[in-house]
Amino acid sequence: MADMIALDRLSVTFMNRHQPFHAVSEVTFSVAEGETFGIVGESGSGKTTVLKAIAGLVAPTSGTISLAGRAVTAKRSREERKLLQYVFQDPYASLHPRHTVDEALLEPLYIQGIGGAAEKVADAIAAVGLQPQHRFRYPHQLSGGQRQRVALARALILRPPIVLLDEPTSALDVSIQAEILNLFARLRRAYSLTSILVSHDLAVVAHLCERIAVMQLGRVVELLGVEDLRRGAVQQDYSRELLAASQGFFRSPSA
Amino acid sequence: MSEVLLEVEELDVRFPGRGGVTHAVRSASFTLGRERLGIVGESGSGKSTTGRAILGLIPRPGQVSAKRLSFRGTDLMTLDHAGWLALRGRRISMVMQDPRYSLNPVVKVGEQILETYRLHHRTTVADARRRALAMLEAVRIRDPDLVYHLYPHQLSGGMGQRAMIAMMLIAEPDLLIADEPTSALDVTVQNQVLRILDDLVSKSGMGLIFISHNLTVVSSFCDRVLVMYGGRIVEEVRADMLREARHPYTRALVASAPAIDRPVAELATVIRDPEWLT
Repeated sequence: MADMIALDRLSVTFMNRHQPFHAVSEVTFSVAEGETFGIVGESGSGKTTVLKAIAGLVAPTSGTISLAGRAVTAKRSREERKLLQYVFQDPYASLHPRHTVDEALLEPLYIQGIGGAAEKVADAIAAVGLQPQHRFRYPHQLSGGQRQRVALARALILRPPIVLLDEPTSALDVSIQAEILNLFARLRRAYSLTSILVSHDLAVVAHLCERIAVMQLGRVVELLGVEDLRRGAVQQDYSRELLAASQGFFRSPSA
Repeated sequence: MSEVLLEVEELDVRFPGRGGVTHAVRSASFTLGRERLGIVGESGSGKSTTGRAILGLIPRPGQVSAKRLSFRGTDLMTLDHAGWLALRGRRISMVMQDPRYSLNPVVKVGEQILETYRLHHRTTVADARRRALAMLEAVRIRDPDLVYHLYPHQLSGGMGQRAMIAMMLIAEPDLLIADEPTSALDVTVQNQVLRILDDLVSKSGMGLIFISHNLTVVSSFCDRVLVMYGGRIVEEVRADMLREARHPYTRALVASAPAIDRPVAELATVIRDPEWLT
């Protein structure tokens, strides 16, 4: 299978008071068509910056990004922009508070000049398991889970081949998280999506992804298959620490 | 359980609003000794409201009623303003979720900790400062002298949360209510903070109410767990037995969390039964 997303030695450096800050250093990985690739790491490890670079929201300092076999820069053509959509962490912040669900879903169709909008909006609402009456509600009239469904609908309404998910469930309760993860698993089959899922929760990533990159301080310290992760067969100390921490609290033997 | 610190019997919290009365906590009863008690539930289940009601922090027009709400024999329902001042911070204190919103952004961290101590103890500034530094050290801040003079925005999330715990514990309360103390932190930092709380409970015999939506943390950290749904305590269960819980809601909640070592094709979802609210 062809690689939908390929990163080659991607680096992103921000200048902070004339001091360079290496947010992402020499990250290389590729995601095959139809695959869901996972990135885990703690805050500040650069996982969101990798996604933003792929989306063209920050410019790479060096290295290349290829989407669907073609190298892209931070400046994207209309065709290149159609390739991917982004789902953000906080469904409370990522929807316009004074736009109804209908307006939020119409906007991408308007921008891309796509006809049959009314029907497409109705289909998208149904596809993410919302009811027709949710169409004319404002975000504050929806629960967190419903808002994240709207965010998914907005990402998928243009039928992009790639979706980038940045901590899509970390603002939600476990019960609602289960609904959203199940929904996404269903949608990625129905729409044959290629996706990258970023999370600090190893269990969430292991649930949806076959291959997982562990990031620390801007670098990929380890690339893991999900089976290795389940067996605890990790090579790096940092991955081991992350794995142990995600299993819950344990008292040290001396206590 | 040796000594009873807190007794709660039929606690109700109501918020009257335009759309009628919201019944946030419904007839909750439990007791707490010198132990780690977890409260879990989804957002809106009333777990934070329960914690706030114990400290008398329910804002108007919220109404609190209880058959019994007492802390070491003191009736909290009839306590006057002066009584609360003597109790809050000194005997019972509360750690909030996010240090970025709960610390004063324009006062140095050390000064805030010192202020708490001076409010509750008659002592010199020099002595209070020494204690504040010792407290920062007790919550495993590596360089207390440096951190003492920093402002909250200069701290990382984990450090800020430790500073807040230091502030809450410097008056040596008997009961600490921790409302999602680790939810804003990375998993690796989370365990460091839990270890500090754990030490304090086992060493100083403090009672701890640990409010969280994270089942993994609660089941591995607490002694007992109360499970709340729709304002009601639906089940009380030993923390290490959470996976063998009986109530269908608890079972569904446990099943809906993905686990690294137990792969499933589809996650279980919670199918809500209106019966649980009655």
